[in-house]
Amino acid sequence: MELGERLLQGDKKAAARMISLIENDDPKAVAILASLYQHTGKARVIGITGPPGAGKSTLVDKVVKQLRSRGATVGVIAVDPTSPFTGGSILGDRIRMSDLNLDPGVFIRSMGTRGHLGGLSKATLGAVKILDLLGMDYVLIETVGVGQSEVDIVKVADSVLMVMVPGLGDDIQAIKAGIMEIGDVFVINKADRDGADRTKMEIEMMLDFNHQEWRPPVTKAVAVKNEGIEEAVDNLEKHWEYLESTEKLAETRIRNSELEIMDLAQTALVKQLMRNSDNRNWLRGLAEKVAQREQDPYTTSRLVLQEMMKQSIKEEAHENTES
Amino acid sequence: MAEKEKLEALRMRRQQWDEKTAKSLERFPERKEKFVTGSSEPVERLYTSLDLEDFDENEQLGLPGEYPFTRGVQPTMYRGRFWTMRQYAGFATAEESNKRYKYLLEQGQTGLSVAFDLPTQIGYDSDHALSEGEVGKVGVAIDSLKDMEILFDGIPLDQVSTSMTINAPASVLLAMYIAVAEKQGVSPGQLRGTIQNDILKEYIARGTYIFPVEPSMRLITNIFEYCSKEVPQWNTISISGYHIREAGSSAVQEVAFTLADGMAYVEAAIEAGLEVDSFAPRLSFFFNAHNDLLEEVAKFRAARRIWAKLMKEKYGAKSEKSMMLKFHTQTGGSTLTAQQPDNNIVRVAIQTLAAVLGGTQSLHTNSKDEALALPTEDSVRIALRTQQIVAHESGVAETADPLAGSYYVEDLTNRIEAGAMAYINRITEMGGAPAAIEKGYIQKEIMDSAYEYQKQIEKNERIVVGLNKFQVKEAAPKGLLRVDPSVGEMQKAKLDQLRGERDNQQVSDRLAALKEAAVTEANLMPFILDAVKEYATLGEICGTLREVFGEYQQSVVL
Amino acid sequence: MDRPIRVLVAKPGLDGHDRGAKVIARALRDAGMEVIYTGLRLTPEQIVQAAIQEDVDVVALSILSGAHGHLLPKVVDLLKKEEVYDEILVLGGGVIPEEDIPELKSKGIAEVFTPGTPTTVTIDFIRENLKRKQ
Repeated sequence: MELGERLLQGDKKAAARMISLIENDDPKAVAILASLYQHTGKARVIGITGPPGAGKSTLVDKVVKQLRSRGATVGVIAVDPTSPFTGGSILGDRIRMSDLNLDPGVFIRSMGTRGHLGGLSKATLGAVKILDLLGMDYVLIETVGVGQSEVDIVKVADSVLMVMVPGLGDDIQAIKAGIMEIGDVFVINKADRDGADRTKMEIEMMLDFNHQEWRPPVTKAVAVKNEGIEEAVDNLEKHWEYLESTEKLAETRIRNSELEIMDLAQTALVKQLMRNSDNRNWLRGLAEKVAQREQDPYTTSRLVLQEMMKQSIKEEAHENTES
Repeated sequence: MAEKEKLEALRMRRQQWDEKTAKSLERFPERKEKFVTGSSEPVERLYTSLDLEDFDENEQLGLPGEYPFTRGVQPTMYRGRFWTMRQYAGFATAEESNKRYKYLLEQGQTGLSVAFDLPTQIGYDSDHALSEGEVGKVGVAIDSLKDMEILFDGIPLDQVSTSMTINAPASVLLAMYIAVAEKQGVSPGQLRGTIQNDILKEYIARGTYIFPVEPSMRLITNIFEYCSKEVPQWNTISISGYHIREAGSSAVQEVAFTLADGMAYVEAAIEAGLEVDSFAPRLSFFFNAHNDLLEEVAKFRAARRIWAKLMKEKYGAKSEKSMMLKFHTQTGGSTLTAQQPDNNIVRVAIQTLAAVLGGTQSLHTNSKDEALALPTEDSVRIALRTQQIVAHESGVAETADPLAGSYYVEDLTNRIEAGAMAYINRITEMGGAPAAIEKGYIQKEIMDSAYEYQKQIEKNERIVVGLNKFQVKEAAPKGLLRVDPSVGEMQKAKLDQLRGERDNQQVSDRLAALKEAAVTEANLMPFILDAVKEYATLGEICGTLREVFGEYQQSVVL
Repeated sequence: MDRPIRVLVAKPGLDGHDRGAKVIARALRDAGMEVIYTGLRLTPEQIVQAAIQEDVDVVALSILSGAHGHLLPKVVDLLKKEEVYDEILVLGGGVIPEEDIPELKSKGIAEVFTPGTPTTVTIDFIRENLKRKQ
């Protein structure tokens, strides 16, 4: 049976393989995803992020269990950084989710960023669609909130759960600009520590300052003790209701699709440009001329764009006659 | 003035010596560019009194049996009596172990040492899914008081001292021991022995944890409190650096992280309202002995000095007994090679010397085949003989702290103290050992050392005989000890029988009472004892506490 | 783009000695592989489900408790039952007596690495014996 078909029938092995192929930019897998795209969009995508050491994996573990107890199936994509020097990585998020391994309604996948500089890769978006096709009602994406990934997560998720810890103090000031707009639901994890109430208050104050239509709720949790998880999930449900009851959901998804199209187009352009030495040498030649002021970069970039599109159209026609 | 002049003369002479040596080095270079200890501390070409210029013998060493106990905790050390030669041993079933204990007692041994299997150490019964394949493998399987009764059947518990390597469920096993004694008519006040009871190093290095940090610390202070009243002769904890070193730490890290753990227990007990001198004399330590002889000796001496100062200055101990760091030593399992296993006898002998020259109170020597499997009886005997040879033939036990005053050893002792104190201060800033463990800081520091060590060996910067130099082709060793695989089935059958025989209503009542107490601030020892006496199983008791406390989540920073 | 080799490093059973597992995890990472580290106390069933979901090329099992004779073959059997054994290289490591190794190999463990094995030996073995083309 074909991978796509097996995926639609809920075959985890097919899903696992599809994610690998998409990570490797396999054109056949891309074609399968393209043909099945109309079946996606059923899963609710929730981004979970926060500073290192906030206990995200443990929280994800408990959120998954809570969702399972409500009858939903859940996919998890845990993203960890890849070493820029060796290309290797150690992905350790499963450590805290080991008893979910055997739950038939759960699928967990660890992904390295593979050179996407802390951001979410194109492959992550692919994996979301694959888990959606697998029939997961929820897809949770866990990323470490440093740098690009916490901004990127908004491009993919319907809702973002922001995990904080007590005693961030000045750190809150430093990161608030980034996080306050991103989080739809806030959880102060490890709330049995000193300063939980103060941290909660500080976040509430900053959120009040923002005057958004949806005022993100802030709750406390102690994930290791499974405390405060129900409330957090309830808040995610409320955010979903809000999205559905307004134009927000459609709006969010249109915005996310727009970002995805732009992202894919950009990547495709760069990939086309780098795909063979002819192109690379051509670019180098153009760059030399621009550097010597023989040509201007504005006209040159338009020329590059036109040439790449020509190449791309020609190759696609070629592929079609071949297959 | 005379002293100063002498020192000045030495300084001049040293300068000339350095110049002369530098010249000869051009023709006869040294073996390598950099010399380091087993823990990668730099080693200089020569040590003289110039390296100990600020050295104050009175303050830094004192005398044996006196503060700060650098030179040992007893005035006469091994001239009084030798260290206790205690071999840790594990047998699959309570029946087998009982037989072995009786044999050992007949031979005149007065101390027993109990190793438990992994399901017991993690609070699972033998019929738990995770116990599959593990029952009786690394020690004896204890599921209920029934097994404990068999384990100590016919052994008068008022006449032996028993050391139990048990941590997360230490309270349950101690309760079982007390219950067995009561059935023998022996009161808790007469019981002597030790439980390891050191949960922090389980999180750091050994991995047999159950509950999160906070309830685990509470169980430990519950034991401190209960024993100080009911079982006053019992050593309530053995704070262990052994496993930290085995996990790959350096000597400095071993001292630092073990003492930081010790500080956490002291602070928890003080916070629980205990008077420091009421429990501190019952604290004991457990260290490793590796191959770098002089560094290891310095390590033990530094550990004693740091602990004495901390107890006196930081925690206000008044009793000298509270300031004495008494310790058990085990030779380093990770230093043994699977290649040419006979060579391990020599390694163990060097490590034995280190422990003895370092002033240990008791010692377990590893057997040569421990890198391969559980030791055979023959190899256990050689390991014990090694201790006896060092005791009776080497002469190192004839005077207290014989290496004191060695320029190199004193300098190393000072350096280890300084390095360990730097770590301890950093950990204190983080909020103490539990916080540093939760952040994964201690684990990562150890892992960095372990990985560095591995790389040194692979680059041949560090030589391990038989491993990366002087290899030979050899046949696979034969005749290794195996555990009977039917042990698991036997334990399961015993459990089935027990559940049919006991008063199950009583069991569930006692477990309910324990659960209720667990959510309060009550001392849990009496409740655990009640449940144990009704033959609630270890798994049921730990399971009840798991429901209330949750389970520890491993903190891994790779 | 070259796909990094994906390796699941797991500790089956209850023993908590993870120095070897962590050292090998780091060494594989530094050799450019993606290591999924699953921590302590996993059952063979959990290991196999994780291996499937992560679509790994290698399952590396570290064990020091003496339960290898039971736990390692069980992982292989479950991988076979799930029809993924043909694509996954299964390795063992830890305190495992040499006389046990032939039997483990006959039961589907591709290689067993005992204490003292240089990490480079393990890395080379993985690269040369992958069942699935990269």
